[in-house]
Amino acid sequence: MVAIPARMRAATGESSRMVLTLVGREIRDTLRDWRIVWPIVVLTLFFPALMSFVADLALNWVARYGGAPIIGERLLPFLLMVVGFFPISFSLVVALETFVGEKERRSLEPLLATPLTDAQLYLGKTLAAVIPPLLAAYLGIVVYLVGLYLFKGWIPPLTLLVLVVLLTTAEGVVMVSSAVVVSSQTTSVRAANLLASFIIIPTALLVQGEAIIMFYANYGVLWWVVLFLAVVDIVLVRMGIHTFNREELLGREIDELNLASLWRTFWGRLRWERWFFGLDVHRMPGWLRWVGTLGGLYGRDVPAILRRSRLALVLVVVGLLCSIGIGCTFAARYPLPPDMLKLDHVSAATFTDLPAVDWLPAFTIGGVLGNNVRALLLAGLLAVFSFGTLAVALLMAPLAIVFFFVAQAAHLGYNPLLFFAAFVLPHGVLELPAATIATALAVRLGATFMSPRQGMTVGEGWLWALADFIKAFVALVLPLLALAAAVEVCVTPSIVVWAFGK
Amino acid sequence: MIELAGLTKQFDGFAAVDEITLTVATGEILALLGPNGAGKTTTVRMLAAILRPTVGRAFVAGYSVTEHPREVRRRVGLLTEHPGLYLRMRGQEYLDFFGRLMGLSADECRRRGRELLARFGMPEAWEQRMGTYSKGMQQKMALVRAMLHDPSVLLLDEPTSAMDPHSAKLVRDAILGLRHHQRAIVICTHNLAEAEALADRIAIIRRGKIIALGTPAELKTRLLGPPLMELCLSHPVDGIVKLVSDLVSVEAQGEDWLRYSTPAPQQANPRLLHTLASHGVGVFTLSEVPRSLEDVYLRVVEE
Repeated sequence: MVAIPARMRAATGESSRMVLTLVGREIRDTLRDWRIVWPIVVLTLFFPALMSFVADLALNWVARYGGAPIIGERLLPFLLMVVGFFPISFSLVVALETFVGEKERRSLEPLLATPLTDAQLYLGKTLAAVIPPLLAAYLGIVVYLVGLYLFKGWIPPLTLLVLVVLLTTAEGVVMVSSAVVVSSQTTSVRAANLLASFIIIPTALLVQGEAIIMFYANYGVLWWVVLFLAVVDIVLVRMGIHTFNREELLGREIDELNLASLWRTFWGRLRWERWFFGLDVHRMPGWLRWVGTLGGLYGRDVPAILRRSRLALVLVVVGLLCSIGIGCTFAARYPLPPDMLKLDHVSAATFTDLPAVDWLPAFTIGGVLGNNVRALLLAGLLAVFSFGTLAVALLMAPLAIVFFFVAQAAHLGYNPLLFFAAFVLPHGVLELPAATIATALAVRLGATFMSPRQGMTVGEGWLWALADFIKAFVALVLPLLALAAAVEVCVTPSIVVWAFGK
Repeated sequence: MIELAGLTKQFDGFAAVDEITLTVATGEILALLGPNGAGKTTTVRMLAAILRPTVGRAFVAGYSVTEHPREVRRRVGLLTEHPGLYLRMRGQEYLDFFGRLMGLSADECRRRGRELLARFGMPEAWEQRMGTYSKGMQQKMALVRAMLHDPSVLLLDEPTSAMDPHSAKLVRDAILGLRHHQRAIVICTHNLAEAEALADRIAIIRRGKIIALGTPAELKTRLLGPPLMELCLSHPVDGIVKLVSDLVSVEAQGEDWLRYSTPAPQQANPRLLHTLASHGVGVFTLSEVPRSLEDVYLRVVEE
């Protein structure tokens, strides 16, 4: 067993003590507010009792008309989930005003002047906002189950109970941690309440989806939902800690949309200095200035962007490696019939006479280039709303399909390396790096929300990531994709025919 | 105890504090004077390691506010511009909460809290909910919170605002009582009389810059010129100006009075009185014309 150094133990103990002191105060304060206590009592005690009564009535009614036991089997677990969810719904009220409410009451500054670290403050506030509603939810579940046991003698299976408790907990933490993030980024409770729609609507959709799954009794899917929510919880808590900025919290008084300032920040990041191997570019004749402009872009700025994006690049490469594994796995699981992949009949006409499919681009340079550009821009857009994850998924999908076919070729007796070298490599050697770079920059666009750069606000960090995305896309990705499209349309078919055709 | 070097804080390109350099020694009380928006509160927030300086260095109690903000916060007591109390809590719970965050034990919180509340003349506040406090009591409770952990640096932002005169005097006396050979105190205030009464030195801030720094007497001399004396004669005397013009610089005169300035009244006044006596001129009174810090402040700020 590894011994934990006494100093580290003391530091951890001190940190926990600070967080618990904050949590204790917050919870006491919450429970002194009758506007919060009253709904807790109603939703925790009265509503679950009513639910168990209603469930009993419904089951008796169904039994009187011939009976359909499946209704009871599905209704009781569904209501179990509902009584757990209702009390956590008001966790938003507490969580949304954690920071911004204190700011409005002007009690935040004394708290910020204590030795609490940002992480301790964030965790303390989050725990204080999540504990009372969760305890209320658990109590509600107990009341509901006791009622049902008394009315119907129903005891839920242990796995179902654990599933509902975990689901409730994960939903509570998701709602609270995102609400605390909102609270720490706004300047008024009113603004925080308006932004709460971004939490309420997805959560409502999620609960509706869970309800449907409950009625289908497909509980296995709900375990995946729990896992998904757990990942979202981790992401949100990490995001909350990283975006928490006591300076912003205290300094900002109004949520003013300052377009001129945004533009200045963006433009400052987008522009670059002229440079050409140490020459004094400002003394160059006017007609040679473009040399300094290009030198600055390709000699300094683009390499700097790539260095800044190295972590995202590593992440994308790992994703691509995974997609190779996924493609090969699916190929082994779902082998194609031999006549579906007959490479012996490949000819130049195979590429020109492709069947017209609406969603496939025309096999022309413009068509291929347009499709790739569209896909990578879409990746950038999706990345913003998914912390970068969907951008990686969007790149992994086609590569998984490519390797699905490479593996299928191997199963059918073709040389997979030759298949890859003929079909993919000629243009892939340009297209794949371009797509990897664009996706990595898209990942940064999304990940900035989770982890803004040191000393920057989330907005400043995001504008920097956007400027990097645009600059690298235009300067590097677009030329590579154009070349790749030309090779794919003009060269690749010839190589394929040369390698496999007759 | 406090050292600032080129301390600057910018918000969106606007310098709220612009290259402030000063030191506050242990046992010293420094008053930051300035109009609204001059940068006083921003300076104090940087000293309390709540805001991070954009440029420059600040050391408080031996720790850098950027390198060791937690250590700084442990050693600083901050009275914020608004009391910012948790109104549903009792005084006892409130002080226990902040004391614990500052590293005190429950016993220490109780002992120090009761002692400070008694010193501010409100021992009953210990049991009362803070929502029931008057404005003055709330301000005093905030001051108790700032002093609870016996900090080596006290930063007081408008310590007597919203207080009645009696409470304000209590607090001012308490601040003077807090002057300690191991403690530095910085006070932000609009109250010029308070600054003059409490502070050893005064720094006048305008648009983020220190435009005047010194003891109240130094500031008056530097900005309003040498001390102004008023001489009242026992009866009108012709040619009095001619009589004294070699000794002092006459600023104004009447039939039986005159005002003069002199950089060294200790030497000039006895000589003047001797001259007048030798010419048989009777002197009714000789006194220094009081000049307020307000004159200094207005002159500096308007300039």
